[in-house]
Amino acid sequence: MKQKTIQPEDMPGNYLKYTGRKTIVIIILVALVGGMGIFAICAGSAELTPGQVVMTLLGKGSENFEIVIWNIRLPRVIAAIVAGAGLSVAGCVMQNILRNPLADSFTLGISQGAAFGAAFAIVILGVGTVQTSSTDAVLINNPYLVTISAFVFSMVATTVILFLSSFVGVTPEGMILAGVALGSLFTAATTLIQYFAEDVKIAAIVFWTFGDLGRASWRDTGLIGALVLLAVIYFMLHRWDYNALASGEETAKGLGVDVHRLRLGGMAISSLISAVAVAFLGIIGFIGLVAPHMMRRFIGGDHRFLIPGATIMGCLLLLAADTLARTIIKPIILPVGAVTSFLGAPLFLYLLSRGFKRK
Amino acid sequence: MILSVDGVVFRYASHLVLNKIKFEVGRGDCLAILGTNGVGKSTLLKCINRILKPQQGVISIEKGELSKLNRREIAQKIGYVSQRQEGDRFTVFDAVILGRKPHITWNITDRDIQIANRIIKMLDLEPFSLRYIDELSGGELQKVVIARALAQEPRVLLLDEPTSNLDLKNQLDVLKIITKIVEEQQIAALVTMHDLNLAIRFANKFILLKERTIFAAGGAEVITPDNIEKVYAVPVAVESFQSIPVVVPL
Repeated sequence: MKQKTIQPEDMPGNYLKYTGRKTIVIIILVALVGGMGIFAICAGSAELTPGQVVMTLLGKGSENFEIVIWNIRLPRVIAAIVAGAGLSVAGCVMQNILRNPLADSFTLGISQGAAFGAAFAIVILGVGTVQTSSTDAVLINNPYLVTISAFVFSMVATTVILFLSSFVGVTPEGMILAGVALGSLFTAATTLIQYFAEDVKIAAIVFWTFGDLGRASWRDTGLIGALVLLAVIYFMLHRWDYNALASGEETAKGLGVDVHRLRLGGMAISSLISAVAVAFLGIIGFIGLVAPHMMRRFIGGDHRFLIPGATIMGCLLLLAADTLARTIIKPIILPVGAVTSFLGAPLFLYLLSRGFKRK
Repeated sequence: MILSVDGVVFRYASHLVLNKIKFEVGRGDCLAILGTNGVGKSTLLKCINRILKPQQGVISIEKGELSKLNRREIAQKIGYVSQRQEGDRFTVFDAVILGRKPHITWNITDRDIQIANRIIKMLDLEPFSLRYIDELSGGELQKVVIARALAQEPRVLLLDEPTSNLDLKNQLDVLKIITKIVEEQQIAALVTMHDLNLAIRFANKFILLKERTIFAAGGAEVITPDNIEKVYAVPVAVESFQSIPVVVPL
């Protein structure tokens, strides 16, 4: 990736070496996710060794380990991988099709829509109640209703933005502004609900918005994973179109890209996977911004490599953040959303200072 | 005849921009589209490759009517270089190979890499081929986007003010490359320009646009002091200096 003067006769060869290096970066990242996954399974109140983990995953471990790994640790690790992948690849594509480095489930109002949906279900639909016996003060007695409500309202934000884009003809910059407006509208509505709610329900809303990977069952994770996989395949099929669009809208049209359709399809799918991830797991900030921007710095803007690269980087970051959240002051588990924002924001500022300097 | 434009009318909302534009371009022709700011030069180029859809009129390339083709098929025949260039984190080689986009089904092939390679050599871009395009100078970037359009292997090249950001040497270089390729490959280039002296040096066909339509069209004979004064509202002399025609405002 370093620039250098090269021998003219070697040029295609050098270009293939250059793209080959990007493939190697992605393979290394995949290996890191694997390693991080094993480490994350080992870490926790019941300490395990990597050897025990591998044996158990191969079906040769003791029964105790099997329960800990299959029922507690592994679902969480897989949830981090699929949610990280989904949030990151959605951010990567949104930033491309909206031609805006800030595009993300936050700037488009999707996350705030989900938070409002959760508050709506907990307070207005009366899902949240007080629990007396357990360690948690708050119980959501019908988590599926909360998830469905969160999903519905995040899709409301998406639908409004898609409608503005396709029928009113709002520009990409306008779509970001519309997202910011929707975001503050949903935040205001959530505040109003909280204002009139009982203390316990407010606590339930706040807890929901924290973002928690332990929330997802195997079935939830499977659903998110399947959608993310389909989305990544769809995005990869259009990787050359995204490259063309990165060179400017008119250039893309001149290269035969149906920009309007590309934008509509990309927005619909990336919003859908962000909405699903947020609805099941709560709000996890900054992965959709930090992971794609990090990959742009590492391997450049070529979507042939950026889409898989950002996907894997999202897995790695969310897995690392969650492992940190579980281990830093164990046995207390910090909300992963707070950790991603806490670490993501300084990292993002650093990337900005490196990448967006005036030349 | 490679491109024919017949009766093209284009309006933005109710504002008429182009009215009954009709001309033809032959193989090996380099056509300069001239006229004042805002007269519709860029709009005309965008209508030709259907980035904008004219409300009336027929545009055909080699007898094939463009309105019957999809975007990808049009991109296989027409290469377009827009006025404004945007650089991202792409290397020069990436940017040029992107020109193969209309021909790519699933992924680039060895042939695509060879074509990009040949064009990069032709435009003397090898020393930069693995540099990021957002780190290039204006002249280098302009050559890269022209290389990208050439990698499309188009029948017609549309260039919107390709020389406007370039220094003297780069202006001459870029236009020389374009005329050479047009001549060798027997394709056609349509170029919008503001510099009349560059236009008469490199183009062999001219269109003067005035008040939404063609005021004069033809070979070098249409570049007369009379025509230019009527189009630009500036009195000029057209002289020959060391056998190079020059336009001098008076």
